[in-house]
Amino acid sequence: MKKKMTTVTFKGTPEQEAQLIQVIGEYKNTKGALMPVLQKAQAIYGYLPLEVQKIVAEGMDVSLAEIYGVITFYSQFLLNPKGDVAIDVCMGTACYVRGAGDILDKISGSLGVKSGETSDDGRYSLEGVRCIGACGLAPVITINGSVYGRLKLGEVDKILDKYKEKNI
Amino acid sequence: MEKINVKINGRDYGAAKNSTILEACREASVEVPTLCYMKGVNEPGSCRICLVEVKGARSLVAACVAPANEGMEIFTNTKAVQKARKINLELILSDHKKDCLSCIRNQNCELQKMCKDFSVDDENYFKGDRNEYKTEGSTEYLVRDNNKCILCRRCVAACEKLQDISVIGANDRGFSTHIGCAFEMDLSDVACVGCGQCIVACPTGALSEKDDTRQIWEAIEDPSKHVVVCAAPSIRATLGECFGMEPGSFVEGKMVAALKRLGFDGVYDMNMTADLTIMEEANELIDRIKNNGRLPLITSCSPGWIQYCEYYYPEFTENLSTCKSPQQMFGAVYKSYYAKKKNLDPKDVFVVSVIPCTAKKFEIARDGQSANGVRDVDAAVTTRELGRMITKAGINFNNLPDEKFDSPIETGSGAGMIFGATGGVMEAALRTAAETIMGEPLEKLDFEEVRGIEGVKKAAYKLGDLEVKVAVASGTANAKKILEAVKSGELDVQFVEIMGCPGGCINGGGQPVQPMSVRNFTDLKTARSKALYDADAKLKVRKSHENPVIKELYDNYLGEPGGEKAHHLLHTHYTKRNKYKK
Repeated sequence: MKKKMTTVTFKGTPEQEAQLIQVIGEYKNTKGALMPVLQKAQAIYGYLPLEVQKIVAEGMDVSLAEIYGVITFYSQFLLNPKGDVAIDVCMGTACYVRGAGDILDKISGSLGVKSGETSDDGRYSLEGVRCIGACGLAPVITINGSVYGRLKLGEVDKILDKYKEKNI
Repeated sequence: MEKINVKINGRDYGAAKNSTILEACREASVEVPTLCYMKGVNEPGSCRICLVEVKGARSLVAACVAPANEGMEIFTNTKAVQKARKINLELILSDHKKDCLSCIRNQNCELQKMCKDFSVDDENYFKGDRNEYKTEGSTEYLVRDNNKCILCRRCVAACEKLQDISVIGANDRGFSTHIGCAFEMDLSDVACVGCGQCIVACPTGALSEKDDTRQIWEAIEDPSKHVVVCAAPSIRATLGECFGMEPGSFVEGKMVAALKRLGFDGVYDMNMTADLTIMEEANELIDRIKNNGRLPLITSCSPGWIQYCEYYYPEFTENLSTCKSPQQMFGAVYKSYYAKKKNLDPKDVFVVSVIPCTAKKFEIARDGQSANGVRDVDAAVTTRELGRMITKAGINFNNLPDEKFDSPIETGSGAGMIFGATGGVMEAALRTAAETIMGEPLEKLDFEEVRGIEGVKKAAYKLGDLEVKVAVASGTANAKKILEAVKSGELDVQFVEIMGCPGGCINGGGQPVQPMSVRNFTDLKTARSKALYDADAKLKVRKSHENPVIKELYDNYLGEPGGEKAHHLLHTHYTKRNKYKK
């Protein structure tokens, strides 16, 4: 799958940068340490935008081209920040046969956000994810960790409404 | 050398110990095809074209990376091998744009040749999804058409391992995998130096130079234009390869004859302006040494190196010689002194340079390269583009007589000639600097220590009572080594020659593309540079300051090296650039 690039403005803080630089300092002389550094960078920032990748590139003396290649290879690395409202739609086999695809399309249509992307204002992110292990509840989605199971298409908008007004 | 015994296709052979199966086969004159393998640079064993059968092995083995062992029985031509190679080629072709008829690499494409060799004839076999990519041509010098890319990673390895630059990589995964810059930026938005080593590494037509031949044909057709061409030192050592000659064939006479038949109004020798560069640079070196100027002085002929310095070592831009490159000096003096002599308006003069280099296409558009109110050089074409022009014009290159450059820019010295090889500029400068300092002729003109194709060379010379310590690097990876050593104080030198490409211009990114079946097993750099050194040895005039054309130019126009006129026409400035443009 081709990864989509973010349109959300970078809001990194000096504290985050200091943390990242400390991580880089710990790993700088370890061979093959790019993966753990990127994982920790993602733990600090939530995702890995250009600004963060440049810090890693300079600190680890690895080219930006190589770092970007690694990040786009592994699905664990995110180029987009998760939204304030992060919606994961389970695309495991059980959910899929019970209509998870339609649910994903419905949410995408209602919010105007494509799967794997984050809305420009950073409010919503939508992702089709692998089996979350709640097959008995198929089809199932999670929103910021809350689980909504045995979902029917008609219920989608009502659930999304809950997150419209909420100060999340 | 210690030998081992192997059996290839049922016959006994000896092979060097520690060789790969591929090398053992090669030694036995058994051809094993490869695609991704680039000796010492790209050895992932991933294209699976070089598969061979080994007795006792569970599956087919990649010959490029598998070591040959004592007593090994290798089969390179079994049914299973042929079938595997054919299927792998078909899979590659299933996502390859097959516009072979109009492709720039038609008949010089490694994939095309292999498909022919393995009878890949059924193009419907793997008809399925195909990626569609836009052609990337954001720079002055390079075109990338990923529709023809076979993902061998040779360009990535050339950029990352050979040149230590790494502005391209493999993005995304699976069927979406493609070669590009980080964040899918344009090549013009990253710190690419334009060396073109990726192009000569590419097996297909996915990478090529931006073709500038059309505007030259147009200029030649235009009666109001006075169109002249000058050929860089190294072109005469490589152009023959475009017409099937052996690497290292010296074709100066035929090259001149071909250029004359293309319809240029003047065919001139860039070796002369290489001499001019030496006059200015030797003067600059002596001046900086005597007057405590910024040292080490670093040569500035290679625009790929210049960009590398500006992007990656901006703190060294003041060490760069302010001398323009021979290409730019030619344009600057032709559009001033020689144009005036011929009563020509510089605006009506169209200067073409033939160069071994893709970065030269960028150089002609740089700031500070327009001494006469117009660009010094109007079009820069690579050896490959000239080869195509000659073919298109119906000129039978191999049957041409030897002809001579046109007057007045007809003579280049041997010093100018060797500019095309790593160490050549250093040696040329030393010949002139030594005689200038000592005031008497050198006994020996050959500075052997700076010759040869090693990436880094160091030497010290006593020129009169002045001791000059020098270093030479070719390829940006080696430039990095020298600059780091200078920075740390570990290397103390006064004069450094750096060329952007490994081996210098004779191995430039604009030189004829040799397939990896040749490049992996032939020392192209040595063969090509030998042609230049041999030519130098035979010349009567071997020192830049003894070139009669140079003497006339300074006597009647420029005055002194480093003088006011020379400064205006022949010197330039550099920019500190940010590696990250976005």
